[in-house]
Amino acid sequence: MACAEAAAAAPPGALMRTYLIKRFLEIIPTLFGITLISFFIIHLAPGKPTDIFTELNPKITPEAREKLEKYYGLDKPVMVQYGLWLKRIVRFDFGESFSSDHRPVIEKIWNGKKPLLERRLFVTFMINLLSMVVILLVAIPLGIFSATHQNTLYDKIATTAVFVGFAMPTFWLALLLMILFGVDLRWLPITQLKSMNYDSLSFAGKAWDLTKHLILPIFVSAFTGLAGDSRFMRSSMLEVIKQDFVTVARAKGLPERLVIYRHAFRNALLPLITLMGLSVGGLIGGSVIFENIFGIPGMGQLFYMSVMTRDYPTVMGILTIGAFLTLLGNLFADIGYMLADPRIRAK
Amino acid sequence: MAAKALKNIFWQRFRQNSLAVAGGIVVFSLFFIAVFAPVLSPYDPDLIDRRQVLVPPGVHHLLGTDDLGRDVLSRMIFGARISLAVGFVAVGISTLIGMLLGALAGYYGGWPDRIIMRFIDIMLSIPTFFLILAVIAFIGPSIWNIMAIIGLTSWMGVARLVRAEFLSLKEREFVLAAKAVGAGDLRIIFNHIMINSMAPVLVSAVLGIAGAVLVESALSFLGIGVQPPTPSWGNILSLGKDYIELAWWLSLFPGLAILITVLGYNLLGEGIRDSIDPRLWESERK
Repeated sequence: MACAEAAAAAPPGALMRTYLIKRFLEIIPTLFGITLISFFIIHLAPGKPTDIFTELNPKITPEAREKLEKYYGLDKPVMVQYGLWLKRIVRFDFGESFSSDHRPVIEKIWNGKKPLLERRLFVTFMINLLSMVVILLVAIPLGIFSATHQNTLYDKIATTAVFVGFAMPTFWLALLLMILFGVDLRWLPITQLKSMNYDSLSFAGKAWDLTKHLILPIFVSAFTGLAGDSRFMRSSMLEVIKQDFVTVARAKGLPERLVIYRHAFRNALLPLITLMGLSVGGLIGGSVIFENIFGIPGMGQLFYMSVMTRDYPTVMGILTIGAFLTLLGNLFADIGYMLADPRIRAK
Repeated sequence: MAAKALKNIFWQRFRQNSLAVAGGIVVFSLFFIAVFAPVLSPYDPDLIDRRQVLVPPGVHHLLGTDDLGRDVLSRMIFGARISLAVGFVAVGISTLIGMLLGALAGYYGGWPDRIIMRFIDIMLSIPTFFLILAVIAFIGPSIWNIMAIIGLTSWMGVARLVRAEFLSLKEREFVLAAKAVGAGDLRIIFNHIMINSMAPVLVSAVLGIAGAVLVESALSFLGIGVQPPTPSWGNILSLGKDYIELAWWLSLFPGLAILITVLGYNLLGEGIRDSIDPRLWESERK
């Protein structure tokens, strides 16, 4: 470890900065590719958003239909539509929603005037961040314990639990927990983020109310990650423990606790950091499911509603933000990896 | 002879792994249930009985009835067909695409490799579940659409795997020898390299089925998967959500079926991997 710290003290800082800038700039072409593919898939799918209006109104004339399509800009070739969309997006303008309120998409996702808990992006982001914290806090100790107690009864139980965790349909888990804690025991609320009387509560009351509403959604969204990451931590730890420097640490008489938590743990953490960053995409995808089940007003719920009404601008907006967050997660994985490992930093 | 010996080693190792065998039994039972669904189910899965609505599990209806008085057990038995079909067709599509693109990238290298790898990076960064949801909602929730879209969005892992296999195999002696005697590219790709990289592809396919089953059930649960009256485990669960305060059995049993099925595929996949991984044989010989 001393040797590693010495290497860290002589940093090729400029090199690292160049790498980071390069890595960040790489996001742009990837994001471009993602939006291009998504845009074409969405706009070339059979059917049109205007069908919803026209189907409900049998008396509509072909002229009126054309006018409607023109109004939404759907009469132009897809390539042109994409060009126009791109031109707006570089100014962070996601366009206007096709839904009856015609609000700008950005306002639907992030309304600056409303309290934080009513901003969809914030709600989704908060729940995903909290579940990541839960995953780390639980998966790391579980993984380490499994590794240091390899092949004991505990390790076997944990391994089985991990397999079950991988196979668990999270929406089913959510239903069962809702039945148990919400319907039978009546301990926890099963929908929404806050109670009806939220605004009249004291600060502590608000915090407690929010916590009660968040326990189940966070547990459910953390569940799959929990299984995977604790397994990952276990194998990463087992690999590190076998290495020479751990043997050396033991040989020089360090207490086992220090060997594990100071020497082995820090090195075993590396792969997990990457995995966390890479799991952002999955977590965001999962938010559609748990926000739908728990009735949480987040981005996933908005996406579901927008998809159902063929609200193209909102669908594209959320896909783009989701992809951007995923790419950012991958970038953080790289950075975290670099900060934690002097060997990579030096390269 | 050598192939036969390898096969024997595979079976020997596989049989010793009780979890893998359990997974195999689960998958086999699923096939059995799906094929013999009409014989096995006690009732017609679509038979509506207004007098027997939301009956709890009991002697007449082992797993209870749903909101239209249909027998849940019978519907679940027929739901096995959907689960099986979606898993296999979706993975068939993704494996085919992944193998072709992976082979192209790995064998030729250069610009085909760069383009394909970039494409894989892009596909991996799209929130896939969002995209699947959007496309299915737009083109309509038929079972064929679901199979196709799951297949089209899940080939990236196989492509990477096959590419890596090609990169390592294309410099090996048996490939160079085939080249030396004048075998064409197509022959080398399919008859020599692909055949030797099938083991990891098989493992990833079995594990992929598990993923496809989960996605289908999630879509059906959200109401845009397999549409009633066609029974699927996901859409029975969706009813469970609607009747959450009245009928726990609508939630419990279909979910359990999904869990066991996915677990079965996972255990089988891991079991096959452990039984064919040559690195494991080598470590055993040491």
